[in-house]
This record gives sequence, structure tokens and C-alpha cells, in this order.
Amino acid sequence: MSEALKLVWPRTAEKPDSAAGVEKPRSPGLDPTIYGFILRHSYKQQFLLLILTLSSFPFLYYSLDLPKTIVNKAIGGKKFPQEFLFWDLDQIPYLLTACGVFLALVFINGWFKYYLNVYKGQLGERMLRRLRYELYHRLLRFPIDHFKRVSSAELIPMLTAEVETLGGFIGDAFALPVFQGGTLLTIILFMFLQDPVLGAAAVALYPLQGYFIPKLQRKVNLLGKQRVRTVRQVADRVGDTAAGIVEIHANDAVRLQLAHFTRFLGTIYDLRFEIYRRKFFVKFLNNFIAQLTPFFFYAIGGYLVIRGNLSFGALVAVLAAYKDLASPWKELLDFYQLMQDSSIKYEQVIEQFQPNGLTDETLQLDPPEIIPPLTGEVTVANVSVVEDERARVLDAVSFSFAATTHVAFCGQSNSGKHELALVLARLSLPSSGRVTIGGHDIAGMHEAVIGRRMGYVGATPHFFSGTLQDNLLLGLRTRPIRQREYEPLRAKRIAIERDEAIKSGNIDLDVNADWTDYEAAGVADADELLRRVVEVLRHVDLAEDVYWFGLRGRLHATQQEAIGERLLAARGALAERLAAEGLTHLVERFDPDRYNTNATLAENLLFGTPVGPAFDFDQLASNTYVLQILDKVGLTEDLVTMGAEVAQTMVELFADLPPDHEFFEQYSFIRAEELPEFQALLARLDKGGHETLTPADRTQLLSLPFKVIVARHRLGLLDEAFQNRILEARRVFAADLPDAMRRQIEFFAADRYNAAATVQDNVVFGKIAYGEAAAPIRVPSIITEVLDALGLRETIIGVGLDFNVGNSGTRLSASQRQKGGIARALIKRPDILILNEATTALDGPTQTKVMEGVQQECQGRGLIWILHRASLARHFERVLVFDNGHLVGQGSFDELDKPETALKALIAAE
Amino acid sequence: MSLKEEVDVLQRIPLFAKLEASKLKLLAFTSERIAFETGHVLFRQGDMGDAAYIILEGEAEVLVNGPSGPVLVAVLGRDAFVGEIAILCDVPRTASVRARQRLVCLRIAKELFLRLINEFPQIAIAVVRELAHRLEMSNEKLRESVAQVEALKKAG
Repeated sequence: MSEALKLVWPRTAEKPDSAAGVEKPRSPGLDPTIYGFILRHSYKQQFLLLILTLSSFPFLYYSLDLPKTIVNKAIGGKKFPQEFLFWDLDQIPYLLTACGVFLALVFINGWFKYYLNVYKGQLGERMLRRLRYELYHRLLRFPIDHFKRVSSAELIPMLTAEVETLGGFIGDAFALPVFQGGTLLTIILFMFLQDPVLGAAAVALYPLQGYFIPKLQRKVNLLGKQRVRTVRQVADRVGDTAAGIVEIHANDAVRLQLAHFTRFLGTIYDLRFEIYRRKFFVKFLNNFIAQLTPFFFYAIGGYLVIRGNLSFGALVAVLAAYKDLASPWKELLDFYQLMQDSSIKYEQVIEQFQPNGLTDETLQLDPPEIIPPLTGEVTVANVSVVEDERARVLDAVSFSFAATTHVAFCGQSNSGKHELALVLARLSLPSSGRVTIGGHDIAGMHEAVIGRRMGYVGATPHFFSGTLQDNLLLGLRTRPIRQREYEPLRAKRIAIERDEAIKSGNIDLDVNADWTDYEAAGVADADELLRRVVEVLRHVDLAEDVYWFGLRGRLHATQQEAIGERLLAARGALAERLAAEGLTHLVERFDPDRYNTNATLAENLLFGTPVGPAFDFDQLASNTYVLQILDKVGLTEDLVTMGAEVAQTMVELFADLPPDHEFFEQYSFIRAEELPEFQALLARLDKGGHETLTPADRTQLLSLPFKVIVARHRLGLLDEAFQNRILEARRVFAADLPDAMRRQIEFFAADRYNAAATVQDNVVFGKIAYGEAAAPIRVPSIITEVLDALGLRETIIGVGLDFNVGNSGTRLSASQRQKGGIARALIKRPDILILNEATTALDGPTQTKVMEGVQQECQGRGLIWILHRASLARHFERVLVFDNGHLVGQGSFDELDKPETALKALIAAE
Repeated sequence: MSLKEEVDVLQRIPLFAKLEASKLKLLAFTSERIAFETGHVLFRQGDMGDAAYIILEGEAEVLVNGPSGPVLVAVLGRDAFVGEIAILCDVPRTASVRARQRLVCLRIAKELFLRLINEFPQIAIAVVRELAHRLEMSNEKLRESVAQVEALKKAG
């Protein structure tokens, strides 16, 4: 890296304090074995655990020994006073003191156990956290094309479920074998002291076990490894199925998929069954040998006792001791199996995270203090790309141009232009040759330089779950800029969390801090940034779409404070405009004293927007307060009757249709699967009247009229008299509403902004009329005119930025994602912007518009556009034409646009 | 106007006259009642058809493009069925229709109508009958016209 890149940050007030002094986590390569990993990161803690375990032994021993003293001396003793610890005591004080000491020991032992367990748990969790963090960080360092070979469905279980059990093992890694082994040795020693021959008999079969069991276990381990691999393949298969569901259905491939899956499950079954067989054989062998040993005791011990070489008492003592031997021995064997299991898991996960060509970690963390602009010449020297030992995708390509040039790359899809774009953006490294900018090799540049000074947009830019704004500002959020101010209690909590993160080798940056770097976008504050984002959105032709998102969005509290009043002004202005143009019938405004025929009965009753689930329209029929109000105004029975009529009509209309018919979803008040239920209900009602209805039936019937919209459904059930009764219920509903429920509904009020409703609903303050041909066209256009006149468009685009783009941006169209991807790159003002077929989803005119916008944005800065249509190259200063991995022409468009040239052929082929 | 009245209107349309009342009700319920302001164009000559309209209130003008602009060829009123050819087969609109005054229609979407035919063969049969009847009438007219032409030729 050049000296220029190693300059020091200017000492500004904005500098995040986390950049100073704190040790940055380093992952010095993953240890090949789990014990290596444990020792490297926790040898101190493991040592402490050992010391603690060992120091608990005396207390444990004494607590086992003390009862003997109590029984023999305190209770059975004769000569008092006797000495106990440091005092001479009479019998009763002696007993009480001894019992007191016993109680104290119980506490001490309990505390040891508790402390050790918590400590082990904490250690295990920290190590697990560290492991996961290191694996995830490795994932971020994988070379880009490694992701072609591994699927996320395989990686996910490795980072989550597969390593989950390791935490528990890590806490026990040293302490458990030492503790149980120590216990075991103590007991064996005791037996040897009683009688060496019997002691030898007790351990006679251990060498046998020591020889056979690891042998058997090894086979189980191998099977275990295979099982893990197969389960990963299953995960991959499931992920593949979800991703390819369209192709599966479109090609009648369900059976083939099932057959594939069956084979995997069969393999897993075979493996698991084999593992069980062998595992239980190991268990059987252990048990058998354990029970074989008493045979020696009885035979040898009995012989010795009969011959008088061993006292009977000693044999009994040895037999009792042997019983105690079983428990630590079993623990040790279990531990051995767990250790083997954990080692396999660890090694199998690790090996998947060691691909060749990992990005050097120092190029990702600790960014240089000053990020120099990319200026000078962009020089590509002898760059070749060889993919999977196939033919050269790029073959010794060389060229250079000034970094501020607007360049077009043309060529067919196999020309190598795509790979070259990736190399220029340093997203992949060339097999040979190098790329320099201003004389600096980009291979050695820090990711901060590449990521902040260069922009890259591919054909399918990814959108992360979250708001549109989060996605657009991704390039500005490279580090915490302004620490967040927390209240003292929260701050303490945050400090602890951060401390904990450091202890597990995690990164210590506060994700809740403000990461948005205004300076990078060339603005001073949030307001300017919004204006700038709107400008960029206009240039990529996305502003209109985001504006519509905004109209359908809701304001959050701070926005409401800022613009609620202005939107109320828009509400008034819209009403005036509609009146002036004689179009008042296109919108039926909310009026507290009138029934709104374009709204549902439920909306008419509530006359407001539900906040939260309490008054959710779908659940209204079971809301106790609503029922109470209906009873009070005497509407309940009439509404149930109306529900029965609606149900009758629906049954009549839809009964003959197959259950999956789309009419149900589009038109019916009753879902297909509910239809038989309602038929039965109606039959009962017919026979026995209202008395036969259960409360559940009544709720079901009651829910139907709530959905009726008079103007739309034309069922003729809600005449004016009935509408007036609903108005009465509306008044009572509002008047009686308990204070506790006030927050669960926002009533419609002409002079108040309704935070629960969308921006558009607030401006309209009513319902756009059904069945007016002009309404869906005229009303939105008048709304837009009114908002524009009040200068609110930008503000509403700001609201639209809060639009949630959904999982992987699926709530955006393909063209919106492409436009958004370009906008994201433009907002961070890169010195060189690389667009790799980034407008393929756009239609011709839009493409031209976006191209103009981008070129305007990139005035005075570099632009490299990999074109999918060569004719667009005429808009660029310089054109490079590639064919089959070779550069076959470069110059201005006019120079290249001659008969018989490669460019001409490409244009002709379009 | 409620669903019942719309069913009555549908019953007066020959194409639907022979359908069971419950199917007509479903057709009415799934169709949209829609109002057009004076001058609003329901559809234009040459466009692909997506719906047919039954006039419930008001009057509509039928216009055909002539060499010197649109020519008014008919004025339709209550119970008229407009644009039905377009929902039965994929042909462009043969004329434009414009609201002469505030016009209220029942809009029967092509998709919806075809799905109903799919679901209920009896609708298809009724439609076939009606079309056969129309064809027979056209043939009748054709025969008459041919006879007239022959007669005129003979008359010389």
C-alpha cells in the first residue's frame, strides 16, 4: 500500500471514539482442532476452572467425612468435653457445632457447584460467540466466486445449529476429565490400599476397554461426519427447492424432487441406524465389562477371604468403593464420546471456512485514516482471468484511460467485459496482470478506499430487508460517525455489552449509533441529505415511485410534528379543488353526522382508524366493547339477522363454485372452507330461529355485515333508516369509550392529522367513490397537483423512503431494484462508478433517461458502463470493444463506428 | 339500485335471458356498477375489448370513424348491451362509445364472463343458443337481401 494511504485521520470532533486505542479483534487463522481453539482463546480461564475445581475437593472430602465424626463422636461419643476444631466442647455444643460446620460445608459446596457451572456456561457461550463471529467474518472474506460453489443453505446450519452444542463442551473441556478422573483415581487408590490384588482386579479390564472402545468409536465418528455432510446436502436441497419452486411447478418436477429427497432421507436413515447400532454396541460392551468386574471380586476376593488372606470387612469396603467407581467412569466415557463428537463438528465446520484466496483481513478492518481520492490514470496491464481451468475468459488485456473518463465497454456476453468489470471493482482478482489507479495497485488497497471511492452496480443489485432508505444510504454507513447519547442506565448496559463483545473477540462498534456520513454525500445535515437523495432519485427515474410509496406510507411522530399541519392544508386544498371542478361526488368525505356509503359498516361504526389489534376490523365482531355498544343501541339482533342474510346470499352465489375458485377471494364475504359451516348454521337458524345460535355462531354472523360497503356491494340490506341507527351507534361508541381504549383508535377529525392512516387517506379525508369511472384517474392526479402546489412532493418522497422493501427487496420490481442500485452508488459520490449491465430491466426510453441522469451526476468523475446494447455507446467519450476475452477496438464512438468494425457488427446484431 | 334490480336488467338482455336467476345474481354481484360523466369515452374504436356494458341509466353515443372524423351512428339508452362482441372473441372494438349524459352502467369484465362460462356450462349453452339465434337472423336477413338483389336484377 502506498504511503499516501497511511496518512492520519484529521482530528475532527466527529471522529468516533471507538476508533481510538481499543484493541481490534484479530482472527489469526482458525485452529485445526477444537482443543487448539480452546487453549488459544481461553487457557487462562481453563486454568482458573481447574484450580477452582481442585480447590473444591477438600471441602467435598470434608463434607463426606464429617457425618462420620457426627455419628461416631458427637452422638456415639462418651468422653466429653472433646476437642472440635479449636475448641473443647461438651456433647450438645459439640453436636451443634459439628452440624453447624456441616451446614456451612453444604453451602460452600453448593456455591462451588453453582459458581463453576455459571463460569463454565459463560466461558462456553463466549467461546461459541467467538467461533461464530470468526466464521461469519471469514464468510465476509470469502472470494466472491466462492459463493458460486457454496450455498447459503449449507452455510446457515454450520453457523447456527452445528456449532450450538460446542459451547457446553468447551466449558467442560478440561475441568470435567480432571474432576472425574481425579475421583476415579482416588477410588482406585483406596481399593489398592485395601488390597493390591483386588485393586488390580478392579482395573484389570480397563486396558481392554481402553483398546477396543476408541476403535469402535472411530467408526462411529466417521459415520457421524458423513451424516453431517448429508444433512447439509438436505439443507441445500430444501433451499434449492424454495428458490426454484417456479421451475418445479412449470416442469411437473415435483415427483423428481420427491425422489431426490427420498434418496437423501434414505442415506440419512442408513447412517443414523448404523450409528445407533455401533453406539449401543459400545454401551453394551461397557456395561458388560463393568458387570464382569464383580465376578473377579467374588471369585478372587472370596477365595482370599476363605483362605484368610483378606478380612471380610475389607471385601465389603472394596465392593462399596467399586460401586462409586461406576459413576465417574461413566462420566468419563460420556465425555469421551462428547469430545469426539465436538471435535468432528468443529473440524467439519472449520474445513468449510478455509477456501483459497480469503481476503486479507487487514484490508477490511482498521481503515486508513485518510481515504485519498482515486485520481490519475486507470491502467489495466496484461490482465487475464482464467475460470475453473477453462479457457481464458480474459486474455492479457491492456489499456488505460484517465480516471475521469466516461467509458463504455461493449461486447457479447462471452466477451469478458463482465469479468473485467468485476476485476476493475476489485470484486475479483485477476489470475495474472494488474490494475492500477494513479499508479497504485488496487489489489493492495483497503476495502474502505475501494468501497467509498468506487461504485459498482451489477444487473441484480441486492436489497437488504429493511427500509428503502437503509438500502440507499448503505454506501454512507461505513462506520459510526456520531455516537448515540444514551440515558445513564442504558449507557451502563451498552458499556457492559460492549465489554462482553470485546471479551469474545467481536467488533465493538455500536450498531445503534448514527452511521450516516453526511460528508461522504457532500451534504451538511439530514435535510440536505434528503434533498440530495431526491435529486439522485430523479436522475435514476425512481422519484415518482418513491413518491407513491410515500402517499401510501404513514408518518412517524417526528415527521408528523414537522409536516402534519401542511398535509392538513393539503386536505383543505383538495376539497376546494374538487368543489371548484364540480367533482365532489368522486370523493365521499368523512362527516361525523353522515353515513359514508363508500366505507365499510365497521369503518362507519368506529369512524376512525384502529391503532394496534384491539379494534382490528376483522376482529370487531368479537370485541367486547363493540358488542356492549351494539347492545346498548339495540343493534345486535338486527345485525345478526343481516349477517344471516349476507350469508344466505353468499351461499346462494358461491355454493356451486369449486373451493379454490378465485371468486371467493375476490368477491365473497365467506372463505370457501367456511362455506359448509355457514350452510349448516343457516339450516339450524331456519329450523330453530335465533335461540339455537351459539355465541360463536353469532360472532361469525356478526362479522359479515361489518364488511359491507353500501356503494360497492349493492346488497340492498342497509337502507337509510338502518344507516341512521349505525350513526347513533357511532356517537355512543365515541362517547362511552373508556380512557384506557382512547389510544387504540384515531377518530376521524377534519382538523387533525390521523397518524394511524396513510398520507393519502389523510389528504383525501374520505373514501374515493366506487363506481365512478373518473375517480381512479382524476382523484390521484388532483392530489398530486395539490401537493405539488404546496411544495410537499419532496417531503412525501422522504416518507416514501421509509418503505419496507421486504425480504431481498421483493416488494420492489426488478426495474425499481436496478434504479435503486444505481441511486445507492450515486449517493456516495464515487470517483469511479462501474455499472455492469445495470439497466437491463429498464425499457428503452427509461434507459436513455437514466443514462442521461447518471452521466450528469458523474460530471467530472469517472464512469465505466458495461453496456448490454452497443448502440448506447454513442453517448460515451471513449468506447472499448471486447471479443472473446480480447480487446478488439478502442477510441471514440465515431472512430469505431465504421463499416467492418467489431462495434458495427455488435450494433447490427441488436 | 340493488342487486335484485340489476338481475332484472340482466334478464332483459337476450344473451342472458335464459340463465338461471342464481347465475345472473352471481354475474351481477361480480360485475361493477360504474358511472361515467358526460363526454367520458367508455372505449375507442380499434382498442382491444376488455369489458361489455349494460346501460342502467342515461344515454350513450356510438361513433364510427369516418373519413372526416367520427360519425354518430346510434344513440343507446336503458337496457342496451354494448361491446358484447369484444368479450366473446378477440376482435378490436368496431366503434367508439361515449357518454351523452351522466351514464350508469353495469360493467361485465371479459375475464369474469369467460370464467363464468368456464365454471357453468349452462351459461355457455345459453350463449351458444343466443348466438345461433343471431346467426339465424343474420342468415334470414341475408336471404332476404339476396332475394331482393335477384329481384332487382330481374327487374333490370
